[in-house]
Amino acid sequence: MIVDLDKFLAEGRCYWAELEAALERMGRGPDAKLDLPAAQRFHYLYERTAADLARLETFASAPAVRQYLESLVSRAYCQIHEARAFRLRLAPLRWLGGTLPRTFRRHARAFALSAAVTLVGAAFGAFAFAVDPEAKDAIVPFRQLLERPSGRVAREESRRADHLAGHKATGAAMYMHNNISVSLRAMALGMTWGVGTVAMLFYNGVLLGLISADYVADGQAVFLLGWLLPHGATEIPAILLAGQAGLVLGGAMIGWGSRLGLRRRLRAVGPDLVTLAGGVALLLVWAGIVEAFFSQYHEPVLPYAVKIVFGAAQLVALTLYLALAGRGGAAAGTAPPVETRP
Amino acid sequence: MTPLPRDDLVIRTPEGIDFSLVLAGPVPRALALTLDRIVVVVIFFVLQQVLTPFAVLSPDLAVAAVILTYFAVDIGYAMFLEWFWRGQTLGKRVLHLRVMDEEALRLRFSQVAVRNLLRFVDFLPGLYLLGGLAAAISRRRQRLGDLAAGTIVIREPRVGEPDIQAALAAGKYNSFRELPHVAARLRQRTTPAEAAVALHALLRRDRLEPEARRELFAAVAGQLRRLAEFPPHLTEGLSDEQYVRNAVEVLYATGAKGLADEPGGR
Repeated sequence: MIVDLDKFLAEGRCYWAELEAALERMGRGPDAKLDLPAAQRFHYLYERTAADLARLETFASAPAVRQYLESLVSRAYCQIHEARAFRLRLAPLRWLGGTLPRTFRRHARAFALSAAVTLVGAAFGAFAFAVDPEAKDAIVPFRQLLERPSGRVAREESRRADHLAGHKATGAAMYMHNNISVSLRAMALGMTWGVGTVAMLFYNGVLLGLISADYVADGQAVFLLGWLLPHGATEIPAILLAGQAGLVLGGAMIGWGSRLGLRRRLRAVGPDLVTLAGGVALLLVWAGIVEAFFSQYHEPVLPYAVKIVFGAAQLVALTLYLALAGRGGAAAGTAPPVETRP
Repeated sequence: MTPLPRDDLVIRTPEGIDFSLVLAGPVPRALALTLDRIVVVVIFFVLQQVLTPFAVLSPDLAVAAVILTYFAVDIGYAMFLEWFWRGQTLGKRVLHLRVMDEEALRLRFSQVAVRNLLRFVDFLPGLYLLGGLAAAISRRRQRLGDLAAGTIVIREPRVGEPDIQAALAAGKYNSFRELPHVAARLRQRTTPAEAAVALHALLRRDRLEPEARRELFAAVAGQLRRLAEFPPHLTEGLSDEQYVRNAVEVLYATGAKGLADEPGGR
């Protein structure tokens, strides 16, 4: 039997047009909402159009009409059948006070692994320097770090004028740009089953260990702490957090201990990745400011004790924040009930 | 062996209705991406012009603002627009593409963010080779960022209500209506697939080359003649295309209030 297409079009036309108009209204922005009567009407129009599509498929093949109805049904389907909790508002305090630290703790093992890989890298870097100091030239890519530490310390401590005047904001912006880019890459490389993330963390650890060994061996441990701690207290944890996100992604790719399929596993970790990436960006913005405006000043302009205490205080505060903030909340220890963003 | 990528993704609703989403191919996606990169450069250039005068006040702050603005636009452009326009950037709008949840559900912000944050890994080792390779072998044509975010990119041509009446030139005299019993026999013997071929040929006739158009309508008319033969005095002088048009009008009862209502005589 072939459907009477003319009658079919005449009967359905007004409903399809109404559904199309409703979809246009809803498509104007992410937060477009319907009140109850409008939602009920929308649901009716969706079901009627879906039934028309089914009728058309049963009785005859009219590709143009079917394509039109499929287009309407597919657009309406996602509005009708979205059952996931869905609220997206800018709630930075709530995100900062609960979502971020809870997400961090939920993936504490990935963070521990990220820190362990970096420490192994650091140990390797220190060992490489101890065995062969010339390794520094081959491994360290930054030319300004290749000079002898005591020479640099003497140069830095001889400065009296503000040598960074007129360049601090630019420096901060460049630090932020570079560090956030590198961290997001470490996270993205989680798609290589975590191998790329581990490689980046290890290399970062090697650089840290090698440079630290170089300064300590040259008797410049205090300068090293005064130089690195103020910004490193947030920068290094931020990189570890990026590594954590990459390893969470890598873990979802591998799927150890999970009965879910790959798509379900990736879908489950998506919001946590965004939360961790937001935390990384926030920490690195702060680290960039501190590095440009504070870390590059040394004695006699700025006493090392002040810098070390400032850095240590930041480290303690960050540790307490990540360990304790958001505990006892309604969603503690479980996946966030709503999706939020920084 | 990896199956070749499908052109569409069929979704079955809980009501048992199937609908298909047409997956976007690599060429329109690459064009949309190119367009978006051009837009990013233009936005950056405009913002740079806006920020440059502030260098008079503080060159340091002006340079910092330019660096951070570029970074924010570079990372945030696609993320913001895909969220705000529900899966579309400017490039995707122009090319009629849309990012969708792979289960055809509503796109979440985290999905938009993840697919854009992972763009770096798709770019490796350069020129989107890894992402392109992943999309080429993926059944849903997903680059790695899409796989992680659970998204697909579909083609969304603007589909308007089809004008069947215009295609069939309804309202014109149709000699086939003079013999309702033969028309009824044609309706009875024609399968939906055969009717669809005839209708589709008419809807697309203007896109065919003259020779292909003649051959197509000759073949379709030949098949319809085999199913139910109208007497020669009704078909005399009719081209194959007119024959098919009359038959389709009868098959779909388009433009007629009913076969029996038609006045007789030619």
